[in-house]
Amino acid sequence: MVNRHVVGAHYGLRDWLVQRATAVIMLVYAVAVGAFVLFAAKAGYADWQKLFSCTWVRVLSTVTFLALLWHAWVGIRDIWMDYIQPLGLRVTAHVVTILWLVASLVYMIKVVWGV
Amino acid sequence: MSMQTVKFRIYRYDPDKDAKPYMQDISVEVDPSTERKLLDALVKLKVVDESLSFRRSCREGVCGSDAMNINGKNGLACITDIDTLKQPIEVRPLPGLPVIRDLIVDMTQFFKQYHSIKPYVINDTPAPDRERLQSQEDRKELDGLYECILCACCSTSCPSFWWNPDKFVGPAGLLAAYRFIADTRDTATNERLDNLEDPYRLFRCHTIMNCVDVCPKELNPTKAIGKIKELMLKRVA
Repeated sequence: MVNRHVVGAHYGLRDWLVQRATAVIMLVYAVAVGAFVLFAAKAGYADWQKLFSCTWVRVLSTVTFLALLWHAWVGIRDIWMDYIQPLGLRVTAHVVTILWLVASLVYMIKVVWGV
Repeated sequence: MSMQTVKFRIYRYDPDKDAKPYMQDISVEVDPSTERKLLDALVKLKVVDESLSFRRSCREGVCGSDAMNINGKNGLACITDIDTLKQPIEVRPLPGLPVIRDLIVDMTQFFKQYHSIKPYVINDTPAPDRERLQSQEDRKELDGLYECILCACCSTSCPSFWWNPDKFVGPAGLLAAYRFIADTRDTATNERLDNLEDPYRLFRCHTIMNCVDVCPKELNPTKAIGKIKELMLKRVA
C-alpha cells in the first residue's frame, strides 16, 4: 500500500460532544446515588433491593451505564490512538476494547435487571 | 565591573562525531550589568567552546529562533533572565523534534502542520480598489492570534504533538488556523473547519494547556482551540 498521509475521519466533534454529554449523565446519577447514601445512611440490604427493584431506577442505572460505556470507549480509544502507532496493533486494541465493553454491558443487564 | 559565573549543563550532539548525545558541564563569565539574558551567556559560551551550535537572530523575542528547553521548560533564551534560573542551567533542544546538532532541531514537521491549515486569507471575491476593510470590532478578534512568532515552544511542549506530530496540527498550527477562521475577510471558514474535523488534527488536544504555560508571547492556543470547537458545534447544532 502506498504510504500516503490521510486525514479527515469526520467524527472528531461527535466524540468530543459525546464525552461531555455522557459525563453530565454520570454526574447526575452519581449525585443521586450519593444523596441516597447520605440521607438513608441506615438503609440495609432490603432497602437497597427495594430501591433497585423500581423500574425507573433500573432504567436510570442502565442509561448511566450506557453513558459510561460510550464515555469509556472514546477515552480508551484516545489512549490507543496516542500511544499505539502500528495500525494492526491499534485496530486489535480497539476490537478487544469493544468486546470487553459489550461483555460488561451484558453482565450489567444481568445484575441490574435480575435483582 | 564584577563578573558573574554562570554554570551550564548543555545537551551536545554532533551526529558527525558523536555516537550518542551527552550532557556537557561548562561555565562562563558574564558581566551582569550588560549580559543579563540567557542568550548573552550562550553567545559568550561560544568563546569557551566554539563548537556549540544554536539558532538565534533578533535577540529580542521577536524572531522566535532561539527557542530551547531551559531547566525543563520551553522558552526563548533571549528574553529569559539568567537571574531567574537555577544553576547549573540545564539547556536542551526543543523536545520531540529530530536534533540536527546540539540545540538545533529539524522544524520540518512543525512547519508542515502550519502550512496544512493554509495560513493566508482566502477570498475569491473581486478585490476592491484599495484594500479589504474590517470594522475595529472584527479586527479585535485577531488580537492574541496574529502575534504568534512560530517559535514552536508550544507545540514541542505538547504530548499530543510528541506522539502524533504527523497527524495532530499542534497548538501553534491551531492558533494560526483560528486566526484565519476568525478573520472576517476570509471566505473559506467552512473548508477550514472541514480540514480540522478529524479525531487527530484538532481533537488530539486534551486541554492540558502546556502550550499556554510556555508561550513566550503569552498567547492562549487552548482558548483558540476551544473557539474552533464552538464553531464546529454551531455548525451542526
